[in-house]
Amino acid sequence: MSSAEAVVTAAGAARKLRVQHLGMVYGRDGEAVSALEDINLDVSEGEFVCVVGPSGCGKSTLLNVLAGFLSATSGSVTIDGEAVSGPDPRRILVFQERGVFPWLTVEGNIGFGLSKLPRAEREARIAHYVQTVRLQGFENAYPSDLSGGMKQRLQVARALAVNPDILYLDEPFGALDSITRVIMRGELLRIWQTERRTILFVTHDIDEAVQMADRVVVLSSRPAQIKDILTIDIPHPRNISSPRYLELRDELLKQIGLAYQV
Amino acid sequence: MSSIAKPRVWEGVFWPAVATVLLLAVWQYSVVFTGTKVFPSPMNVKTGVVELLQKHVLWADIGDSLRRVALGFGAAVLLGIPVGLWLGWSAAANQVVNPVLQILRPISPIAWIPVAIIFFGVGDRAAIFLIFLASFFPIVLACVSGVSSVPPVLRSAGRNFGLSSPQLLRRVILPAALPQILVGVRIALGIAWLVVVAAEMIAVDSGLGYLVIDSRNSGKRYDLVVAAMLMIGIIGLVLDFSIRQVERIKSVRWGFRDAS
Amino acid sequence: MKVPVWLRPVLFIAVLLAVWQVAIYRHPGQLLPGPIGVASGILDLMQHGLLLRYVVASLFRVTWGFGLAVVVAIPLGLMLGWYRRGEMAFYPLVQVFRPISPLAWIPVAILWFGVGDLAAIFLIFVGSFFPLLLTAMSAVHNIPAVYFNAGRNFGLSPGAFVSRVLYPAVVPQLLTGLRLTLGIAWLVVVAAEMIAVSSGLGFLIVDARNAGNRYDLVVAGMVLIGAIGLLLDLAMRSLERVRSFHWSVSED
Repeated sequence: MSSAEAVVTAAGAARKLRVQHLGMVYGRDGEAVSALEDINLDVSEGEFVCVVGPSGCGKSTLLNVLAGFLSATSGSVTIDGEAVSGPDPRRILVFQERGVFPWLTVEGNIGFGLSKLPRAEREARIAHYVQTVRLQGFENAYPSDLSGGMKQRLQVARALAVNPDILYLDEPFGALDSITRVIMRGELLRIWQTERRTILFVTHDIDEAVQMADRVVVLSSRPAQIKDILTIDIPHPRNISSPRYLELRDELLKQIGLAYQV
Repeated sequence: MSSIAKPRVWEGVFWPAVATVLLLAVWQYSVVFTGTKVFPSPMNVKTGVVELLQKHVLWADIGDSLRRVALGFGAAVLLGIPVGLWLGWSAAANQVVNPVLQILRPISPIAWIPVAIIFFGVGDRAAIFLIFLASFFPIVLACVSGVSSVPPVLRSAGRNFGLSSPQLLRRVILPAALPQILVGVRIALGIAWLVVVAAEMIAVDSGLGYLVIDSRNSGKRYDLVVAAMLMIGIIGLVLDFSIRQVERIKSVRWGFRDAS
Repeated sequence: MKVPVWLRPVLFIAVLLAVWQVAIYRHPGQLLPGPIGVASGILDLMQHGLLLRYVVASLFRVTWGFGLAVVVAIPLGLMLGWYRRGEMAFYPLVQVFRPISPLAWIPVAILWFGVGDLAAIFLIFVGSFFPLLLTAMSAVHNIPAVYFNAGRNFGLSPGAFVSRVLYPAVVPQLLTGLRLTLGIAWLVVVAAEMIAVSSGLGFLIVDARNAGNRYDLVVAGMVLIGAIGLLLDLAMRSLERVRSFHWSVSED
């Protein structure tokens, strides 16, 4: 079950993010290059949406526009009805790597966006999110003492600490080894189910998308357009050997244009 | 790096001791062998040092040299870091100002002496100005380099958390650039120490540099010349070592993969 | 009115020169020349045939002093970098000698070589020796361990290893070190000439002032020193960019 232009959403949940006719054209060496073309997307509150596509198709560009780091050349992005015009702590982006501040400890990083809070509350929040991402014992460690997976968890904690409306993740597990990746997926899902955040997750890993998302947005190669939006109707925890899982996975592979025999 | 087994801890003391003894022996032997009346032997130098200490001249000279360095270098740090940060931050400003810096930089501070004397007269202030000038450029350039090598990811992250530009500078850019800035500061301190000695040889009449020149001029006391040179080397080493200690503070150490 | 990018620094310099000239006008009877005075000073030097002679004298000393230092310090540094124990032995000594300004060596230089060219060359040698030694040692340390393993894996003889792995691996860092040390050598030659010899750009500065307060020549000398120092630096940078050396990023 798929539709080319998804409108609303699961079970009457409020619409959080609305992207309409989004286009992004930039000039390179005098030529106009179209990165995104007519992207339309609605994301509900508390939804977990994955965006997949081949490398270089513009998924990161899309995320940067949605986060406010880039300005689209056409179309609009609104969150809770308000237009996105620049970076804002209400929508935090978790980067693929090197996003943590190396000169701050784990506590320092998590507390980075909390400087306006009174001390007691700040410390309480930091402690809470250290627990949430399971970095207890490392409060005073520096990022150079942490593994790749731990650093990504730290980024997530830092992001969640400021209570954002939306969490964007740009291939956050891309730089990790495959075993750590599997573990991190479970962690993120656990956190999501506890905190019930709205999450937009960009990845090139199809399995990752099917395992985690409520819906998967498939982008074509550059210029990126929405080829399809698949709804993953398997409840969590998902059995990755179940027929329905494999069916959805194959559907996704087909959408991206890949054979499923190596 | 060599294919021989890893050196033991005691070797860290043993080999330098061997080298030093070797050097002293070669030194002593050449003095005896050439029969020179003028160049001092190691023993002469040692008595020279003692003599300087007893006459209390040495402490005063060391104090003078250090004071000039403190003032000139301190001014360079106080002025150079803000200027460097600004140039690193504003590519437009850097593009305009950088060529001027690149033209002024290769002019030896010593070549500035006549000009310095015109502005400040002969004496302390001219020397301090020269030290300031010599330290200023490495610090500014290190700041520019440090700021421009801050990964864009960190800037974006800072903006994402709602930081304004001044806040971004203070809370992200400065800490991220700090390791490189410290390297520049350390290099500038080394340069300052070289320049103070040179300036003292030409433009003032106290300090370790002056001691070197004066010991020769008034009596060909080469034992004192070499003693003063040794002092210069040791104090320079201590200064360098002290700054390296700052580089080892935890919240800065991340920037130094291996302290070398 | 949008000023083209390349023009902006030029305009900035022009503004500075104008300010300088105005400041000179407003203080007549001053010893310092304005930019116009400096330009005529340079012309003066050219007409007397001194410009070329002094520049050549300074470059001559730098070439010899720096060249000797390269020939001695680089192989020595590479060896010390390679043999841990050798480095352990000499590192403290080097660290004590390095902070001693080359100028502090002047009395010793004059004692050994008398006043003249040799003393100046010796000073430049001393000033260049330690930075080059340390650069070479550091370059060997920075060779990634994988290169050594790969070399051994392919069964290279020591000679082949040096020429096919060690040398290419250290060249980029050595080139950067050479450029920076050449800059140091240029600073030292000027200082050395101000004290110990009777020709060259450094000498020009001292002499012009002593024999008649010709500050136009003093500043002309400074300008020439800066210009040549800059040219030397640019020349070294273009050497770094030569295709066959350019396999690593150089940072200054």
